[in-house]
Amino acid sequence: MEGDASRTKHSTGLMNTVTDQVPAIEAIGVTKVYGHGQTEVIALNDVTLRVARGEVVALLGPSGAGKSTLLTAMALINPPTSGRIVIGGKLVMDGEDAKIDLRTFRRQHLGFVFQKANLIPFLTALENVQVALEINDRPAHAARQRAMYLLDHLGIGDRADNLPDALSGGQQQRVAVARALANEPSLILADEPTAALDSHRGRQVMELFAQVAHESNAGVIVVTHDVRALDVFDRIVEMEDGRLLPPSKASR
Amino acid sequence: MNLAVRDIRHNFSRFAFTTVGIGLLLMVVMGMAGIYRGLIFEATLLVDRIGADLWVVQGDTRGPFAELSRIPANLEDRVRTVQGIAQARRFVNHSIQREHHGKPLRLMVQGLAWPDDKGEWVSLVAGRPLGQAHFEMVADRSLGLALGEQVKFGKDVYRVVGLTTGMSGIAGDGLAFFTVSDAMAIQFDTPSEAIRLERAARLARSENQDLGRVQPLLLERAGGPSSGISELPRPQVSAILVTLNPSADVDQIISTLSTWSDVTVYTAQQQKELLLSGTVDKSRRQLGLFSVLLIIISTIIIALIMYTLTLDKIHDIALLKLIGARNRVIVGLILQQALLMGAFGYALAWWLGQYLFPYFPRRVMLETPDLIKLAFITVLISMLASLLGIWKAMRVEPNTVLA
Ligand SMILES: Nc1ncnc2c1ncn2[C@@H]1O[C@H](COP(=O)(O)OP(=O)(O)OP(=O)(O)O)[C@@H](O)[C@H]1O
Ligand SMILES: [Mg+2]
Repeated sequence: MEGDASRTKHSTGLMNTVTDQVPAIEAIGVTKVYGHGQTEVIALNDVTLRVARGEVVALLGPSGAGKSTLLTAMALINPPTSGRIVIGGKLVMDGEDAKIDLRTFRRQHLGFVFQKANLIPFLTALENVQVALEINDRPAHAARQRAMYLLDHLGIGDRADNLPDALSGGQQQRVAVARALANEPSLILADEPTAALDSHRGRQVMELFAQVAHESNAGVIVVTHDVRALDVFDRIVEMEDGRLLPPSKASR
Repeated sequence: MNLAVRDIRHNFSRFAFTTVGIGLLLMVVMGMAGIYRGLIFEATLLVDRIGADLWVVQGDTRGPFAELSRIPANLEDRVRTVQGIAQARRFVNHSIQREHHGKPLRLMVQGLAWPDDKGEWVSLVAGRPLGQAHFEMVADRSLGLALGEQVKFGKDVYRVVGLTTGMSGIAGDGLAFFTVSDAMAIQFDTPSEAIRLERAARLARSENQDLGRVQPLLLERAGGPSSGISELPRPQVSAILVTLNPSADVDQIISTLSTWSDVTVYTAQQQKELLLSGTVDKSRRQLGLFSVLLIIISTIIIALIMYTLTLDKIHDIALLKLIGARNRVIVGLILQQALLMGAFGYALAWWLGQYLFPYFPRRVMLETPDLIKLAFITVLISMLASLLGIWKAMRVEPNTVLA
């Protein structure tokens, strides 16, 4: 209900900035301060970022710039100190306050990929994807079929019944990508997903994100250090010292 | 998809070892309950099987099991005169520990009022009931005596003519059946030196009294066997067992016997209650306390194991939270594992018990109500034990995945 109220309040001013659609995500004036007093670190300093549906955005910046902090804030697992996060037109975070049940929201609308694959070691590749579908109430059989479809699509269908231990780093990462895509999220967030992959595989994963974003009209934000694959992205955003750099400096 | 089972499969050896440990603990708890049931069974076995309606014992005592009871053997004749009583027999029962083949032989001597009672109520697994008034015995298997074996008690040698199984007394010692007179002979076996001294003492006492001086014939008697002296008491027995006519009025007979101030009367039921409230009660509490301790220990062990299993998975649990799994999924994962551990442990305990308990020196009786109760307790402690792990899992933040 609070989300609905905020939708009208916030979307009016933002609608025509990137596209006339409701943006996939809007981070508005997000600030994140870690620690207190002497140890205080301002990881994000009044960051405002909008990503449209179907748009694939690369987030670049030096180490410590605050990229991961911004991504985890948008992923709803790291509440900002202040600022608002609006996903799909719905006010989700207002400062540290969650406006909805975050876990349910993550389950239904978000997909994550991280530097490490973070697969569940006691589940096979297929089950790792299947579990994401089942916790979102997909019946077991349908979940299995879709998980298999995704693994096939990512070229690791033949390893579906292997435990993560038996997969290479790249194969594990592709399983993680399949898991992120499982519930057809409207927003996909990836933090250095290709760090463990060779450049060829890395590029494949990036292309896959672009493909999914365009096909299913999802917003995609990828933190990356791999400048060779930047041509895959629709837009590149750069960060430094907890701030977004002006678009002019972030040229292709 | 069941996460609990998949995790167990993945960490099978650890789960299996822990389950075996829990199983052994539960088996001991099961055994405790079984030993208690065995105690009750053994304590009341004799009263149950001997089939007496009333027990007549020494006045104001709770004999013959809970305390000593001494009544003259001929009380049975007096009892027989009461209307409605079909049968009265002597009851002699005492524990002895003798040596046989160089090893201690503990047995409970049970006198049978032969020939009225030939021990038909004792079910034999081999041999025959007592066939003569002296020097035969029917022994329980647990005593380790063979059919036809000869055993010396006191001055006499007895031959094992029949074998029973599962017949044991209050203390768990095997029963051996003799005729009442043999049972008394075994109990009151007096060395010849003691008899000689007793006779000399009797003679000396008589000589010092008027009666002895005035009646020299008495002096002659005093030095002879005690059976020849009518003034000396007859051998005593522990109780008189009374069987009533089917049509008899129990209350009437009890009130009649109760007017005899030298005896006390108990029904078979009262006799059982005396046994249970006295001898068995302390053991029951002892076993009960041990069981409670073991159950607490089991709970703590399961809790610690569940906690470490949860810690091992904490990263995966954080990930599940990150991708939006409900608490139900996470609690289910831990709870199901705890329950599976309890269930397999219980099954193992039961299965092992079937093989091990028969080798225990005292009877262990697994009874269905006890087994059901323990099953419930196992479920309960499994749930309780998973709380620590669940608490840990609930506290983990989803973003620890990234750490
Ligand atoms: N949990 C935390 N507690 C305190 N400070 C933190 C925490 N996480 C990050 N920081 C600090 O916030 C700043 C931004 O960190 P962040 O991880 O977002 O950088 P990044 O751009 O992702 O860097 P990298 O490219 O190395 O991953 C850094 O100065 C970092 O030290
Ligand atoms: Mg980072």
